[in-house]
Amino acid sequence: MNAMGVALSVMVAGYAAGACLAALAPSPRAARLITALGALVGGSGGLAAAIIVFATRSPYDVAFPNLVAAAGGVVLRLDLLGALFLALVAAISLPAAVYGITYTAAYEGRRSLRVFGLMFNGFLLGMCLVPCAGNVFTFLLAWEFMAVTSYFLVMTESDHPETRHAGLWYAAMTHFGFVLLVPMFLLMAPGADQTSFADLRAGAALLPAAVRSGVFVLALVAFGSKAGIVPLHVWLPRAHPAAPAHVSALMSGVMIKLGVYGLLRVAVDFLGTGPAWWGGLVLLAGSLSALGGVLYALAENDLKRLLAYSSVENIGIIFLGIGAGLVLESYGLHALALVGFGAALLHSVNHACFKALLFLATGNVDHQAHTRNMEQMGGLIKRMPQTATLFLIGSAAAAALPPLNGFASEWMVFQALLSGAQIPRPEVAIGTPLAVGVLALTSGLAAACFVKAFGISFLAMPRSEGAAHATESHWSTRAVMGVLAAGCVLLGLAAPRALGGLSRVLVSLSPGKSIAPAQTRAGVWLLSPHGIAQVSPLLIAALLTSVIVVVAAVMRVRGLELRHADTWGCGRIRQTPRMEYTSSAFAEPLRRIFSELYRPAEDLSVSVHAESPYFVRSITYTSQVVPWIETAFYDPVIRGTRALATHVRRLQAGSVHVYLLYITGALVVALAAAWWFE
Amino acid sequence: MRLFSKIWRIGIATEPLLAGDPAAIDIGRALERRVTRLFGRALAIRLVDAGSCNGCELEIAGLASPIYDMERFGLHFVASPRHADLLLATGPVTRNMEIPLRRTYDAMPSPKCVVAIGDCAKTCGVFAGSYAVVGPVDSVIPVDASVAGCPPEPSDILRGILQALDRRPSRSHVHAVRG
Amino acid sequence: MSRFLALVVQTLVAVALAPALTGFIRWLKARLQGRRGAPPWQPYFEIRKLFGKEAVVSHTASWIFTATPFVVFSTAVVVASLVPLVVVPSGPFVAGDLFAAVYLLLLGTFFLALAGLDTGSPFGGMGASREMTVVALTEPTVALSIVALALNAGSTSFSQIVAHTLAEPSAALGSEHLLAFAALFIVTLAETGRLPVDNPSTHLELTMIHEAMVLEYSGPYLALVEWGAALKLLIFLALAANLFVPWGIALSFSPVALLIGLVSLIVKLAVLSAAVAVLETRVAKLRLFRVPELLSASFVLALLAVMSTFLAR
Repeated sequence: MNAMGVALSVMVAGYAAGACLAALAPSPRAARLITALGALVGGSGGLAAAIIVFATRSPYDVAFPNLVAAAGGVVLRLDLLGALFLALVAAISLPAAVYGITYTAAYEGRRSLRVFGLMFNGFLLGMCLVPCAGNVFTFLLAWEFMAVTSYFLVMTESDHPETRHAGLWYAAMTHFGFVLLVPMFLLMAPGADQTSFADLRAGAALLPAAVRSGVFVLALVAFGSKAGIVPLHVWLPRAHPAAPAHVSALMSGVMIKLGVYGLLRVAVDFLGTGPAWWGGLVLLAGSLSALGGVLYALAENDLKRLLAYSSVENIGIIFLGIGAGLVLESYGLHALALVGFGAALLHSVNHACFKALLFLATGNVDHQAHTRNMEQMGGLIKRMPQTATLFLIGSAAAAALPPLNGFASEWMVFQALLSGAQIPRPEVAIGTPLAVGVLALTSGLAAACFVKAFGISFLAMPRSEGAAHATESHWSTRAVMGVLAAGCVLLGLAAPRALGGLSRVLVSLSPGKSIAPAQTRAGVWLLSPHGIAQVSPLLIAALLTSVIVVVAAVMRVRGLELRHADTWGCGRIRQTPRMEYTSSAFAEPLRRIFSELYRPAEDLSVSVHAESPYFVRSITYTSQVVPWIETAFYDPVIRGTRALATHVRRLQAGSVHVYLLYITGALVVALAAAWWFE
Repeated sequence: MRLFSKIWRIGIATEPLLAGDPAAIDIGRALERRVTRLFGRALAIRLVDAGSCNGCELEIAGLASPIYDMERFGLHFVASPRHADLLLATGPVTRNMEIPLRRTYDAMPSPKCVVAIGDCAKTCGVFAGSYAVVGPVDSVIPVDASVAGCPPEPSDILRGILQALDRRPSRSHVHAVRG
Repeated sequence: MSRFLALVVQTLVAVALAPALTGFIRWLKARLQGRRGAPPWQPYFEIRKLFGKEAVVSHTASWIFTATPFVVFSTAVVVASLVPLVVVPSGPFVAGDLFAAVYLLLLGTFFLALAGLDTGSPFGGMGASREMTVVALTEPTVALSIVALALNAGSTSFSQIVAHTLAEPSAALGSEHLLAFAALFIVTLAETGRLPVDNPSTHLELTMIHEAMVLEYSGPYLALVEWGAALKLLIFLALAANLFVPWGIALSFSPVALLIGLVSLIVKLAVLSAAVAVLETRVAKLRLFRVPELLSASFVLALLAVMSTFLAR
């Protein structure tokens, strides 16, 4: 077996062994260690396989036609696009696995760590196999495997009612996507036994335009619901907070990127070029997700839900890049389209890095301060200094601040959107500034959101007992977060090199069409296509550092007298945590400005003394933001489904004789259909 | 537009501090030299009303008006004591304002100085001996100059600020906090 | 080499000039109010005085509080090195374009907002919340108003935009230029904390936006923060001047060209800051929840500017 075969076998074997051995582990502690070990081995194998594909620049095929031959057998094909996503899954799974060793210790005695280890390794195996899949059956198998194992992982803390609720939503939405995937694939297959991806590619070229558009819409909806675009995102803010921290990191960091992978695979690889409205639809979905995600993140007090909504926002940004690419592609501007896809891929990688970091840090805070509610936190920067600094790096990256990685990929998305000005049709090109405005507004709001997330949670004074007694977590958790933070910084400073690596993936997406335009120079500058705009995160970081060093040196030489005192509070007697700004208060101006979107349900109740209504005993004000998409869209759907199910239930007469009648009837219909279509 | 034609018509309303009372002439020139030497040519002032009747506040507000225009000497009011160099205290220090006055003084970064404005700040004025009053300002915080009057004229207030800056030790000496 | 030297000197000149700009606006406002006012170089004395005072740091604050003045100042200096002032930064070693400048300023604001929250004072939190709201709402307008020019010039690099406007003087009076300039001017007032969005000389904490975040700073830290804010004002006014009215900017490194560039920069800055001073005298501060109306009006102006670039094709 060659190196690729070895790597893939190590990957599968590592995860499988991790799963089985964890399920049979003698003690919870052993289960934790075996889980992590299996995940590390499997992840290393996957990473090695991806690196080999990148190094040799040639795809790798292996087929097991005798495995489930009726469905087409198991075919693995790892090309450059798949290798990128496999590398992403594997790379993020390594720190998450190590983190889980100490994090899941809190579940000992309450939950079965054996089952958790089984599901965790299964989840990672499923996620690694999705980009490796080479035919429909393998893809769907891996997809469903990933969905089922992640459901069990989400339900880890099923003693909370909202976790059970979250699991239900998650299972429903993910199977909704699955149900749409099957017809999407089968529409592209040229023949009943030709279901490998190569066949789908060939078949898609022969489809009539209407069917191609149908396939595209199905792909957008199915993969979009996995990625979490508005309005199919409703499972994300429920499932990600409910799951354990490192599972949330994996789900938010890599699982939703597999939705991006699926869309790129179908829309760009299989279908190739399409009409402009495809890209327009993706741009619309991206804009709604970006704005909706960040606006709802601002209204959140639960730190994990805030991060989940921020993932929706970043998926929106990725879809903006993909949409720009698709639109430019449809007008024949292939080179510029590759800029859009490249920006989307770069942002996928960057987001995985900083979002995983943020979720892991939140897990630390959750376990130490025993709360996820930002209104109960505060002062953690003094009690958990390293976690705070790492969370700050993640927040700065999420807010797209130079010189970190979020800035580099957002810059590229801006350039991709601006390339839309070159579209020959002015009525289409006029969407360019709107998209740029949406992205600029999103990043401004994201900065506000992460000032709130970091500032309220970590700064000033503790607002509860839990936060006041928090301590730093185990060194292994901080070490892996440090690795992720270093990744954020390196991906930012070396963004041109990262983009250069991605360009090989992009070229493979459009064989023979054109070369990607020069997007980097000397590994130091990011370039805009055909323009002279350039940015160098490395230079910016160097300039910032040198100015800070010079100023600090001057101040040191002059001498700085420093005195510590209480915060100036207008001379009032005491300063307590009640004086601090709260999370709701921070977001209040934006909540008022966007009140039409939020439509908060407000309740004001005043209780007065029995003797006189002029003496107020207490005033209670409640304001709750319920995403109106759920009341406007999902509630009617759920009610309708329930009504339909109630009607259908009449078929369940309860009598065996009726059921036998149903079976006979179905058999007759099937035989008649088979004879008819023969 | 009517606003700008009015501005044009009225022009600069600032009265030279030197005109009128010879003592006033003394203030103008002297203040510029003092401010120059000590705080460069910039001084930030924080006003604390420690229970005054607001008569002194009205006169102090006149300092910022176009007639007296303290900004031409580099003086300006600030909101936070952290930004301030000079503390202007008015009023007999009432019991409720004793701690806030002290905290305001402590919050100021050194070098700093204090000027007490008005009879109440100097000697508790008409409120001396009241149950609600702690004592004059210099019983709570160290005072560098006092300006008597009920209320004192803005030009006298400026002269008082001058005296305070005269008595200041050199820049590097840190004030001991009393109380 | 001369290019690099010119850039360094230009940045230092900007850093040196920034307090004078704020002082000039204050002096002009004083004159319009019928007072003599402090001389335009008063802020230099204030900075010198502040460097001589001690710094008081709250017990509640963390390292973020003491690091923020350096971040604010350095981001402003780095952005000053990216924007066209006397010469246009061009060539292969330019570190950033429009978006880099915008996001660097956002970095400074991010840390300033965190410093406001760090002290645990409600005023700091209020200032941070309001400042992030205003900044979030001005982001699209800043991007779009300069994109309106960038679309015509074909690039978001400042050197390209300036070169394009110089090459087509007639475009400078076009509708997209005027609309984009109006939008950028309103955004300048919002981002730098000037009336009608924020009163820089208010003493009422509940009306403050930018000032509320810096209430806890003292001594050299305060000096750095104020200097950074003044530099931000200079950057925005210089952008408004040199992108829309670039004539006079030095296109070569000869001493004559540089001198003309410096003089024209000072003249343009004086004109724009006089406009700011006159505007501040005329208007009253907007209620906080009327500010989004103003900012959406500026966004519409920027959008119209961009639309007209497409219609002009």
